[in-house]
Amino acid sequence: MPVTYYFVLSAILFTIGALGVLIRRNAIVIFMSVELMLNAANLSFVAFSQLHDTLSGQVLVFFVITVAAAEVAVGLALIVAIFRSKLSINVDEMNELKQ
Amino acid sequence: MTSDFILFLVLAVVAVASALSMLLSKNAVYSALFLVINFATIAVFFLILGSPFLAMAQVTVYAGAIMVLFLFVIMLLGAEQLRQDESLPWQRPVAIFLGAVLLVETGFIIYSLGFQQGILPQFSSLSSDYASPADIGMLLFNEYLLPFEITSVLLLVAMIGAIVLTKREKS
Repeated sequence: MPVTYYFVLSAILFTIGALGVLIRRNAIVIFMSVELMLNAANLSFVAFSQLHDTLSGQVLVFFVITVAAAEVAVGLALIVAIFRSKLSINVDEMNELKQ
Repeated sequence: MTSDFILFLVLAVVAVASALSMLLSKNAVYSALFLVINFATIAVFFLILGSPFLAMAQVTVYAGAIMVLFLFVIMLLGAEQLRQDESLPWQRPVAIFLGAVLLVETGFIIYSLGFQQGILPQFSSLSSDYASPADIGMLLFNEYLLPFEITSVLLLVAMIGAIVLTKREKS
């Protein structure tokens, strides 16, 4: 089957993730949308890797998964810290540098 | 209609539906659980594309560790439901328009690359040791040794950062 199908699926998932970042106001859901976008890119990587019969794409996906884990740890720590000071994680209310 | 295509179609429908449900559900816990479904389908896609190691990493790291962390934080903060007070009323239509533009652009690029360009091999015709963990490990520790070491530093920095950020200051 053509590899293009995977690219189309990846593009759709990426767009849904981008829409999630733009539409939702809950900081945690925005983070989840970012994860969805990373996964859509991963899917393309693996499809390309299979198409060109090389493992480099898969190694790259491995690194993306690691970076995503690090990003989630720091991002959720930030959200917890913000929630402590503002008692909200609505991104519309995060509009000042100093409380 | 090969078996590969039917499998792809079913999984693609599940993946897109769960992603849309994640986007639209009001409750953040439901969003997280829909995202777990999405990650599971992507893990199956990885299996179809001949990367069993990545599929397992996807299930353990993403659907396991990362989503459990998400759920833990959602329930810790009690942030399941946020009141929806839109301070920017024009934002949603603009976002939907921009998303449509992005989708059309990517669709155009994929279309202009040629729709039937690359044909993937049949799932069942892959050799059983294609992209085995041993192969990935050899590549990781030979060709990609420096990025691998940098990754370890990155994880250490993330760990320290998370601890420092959530530490309560003595006042």
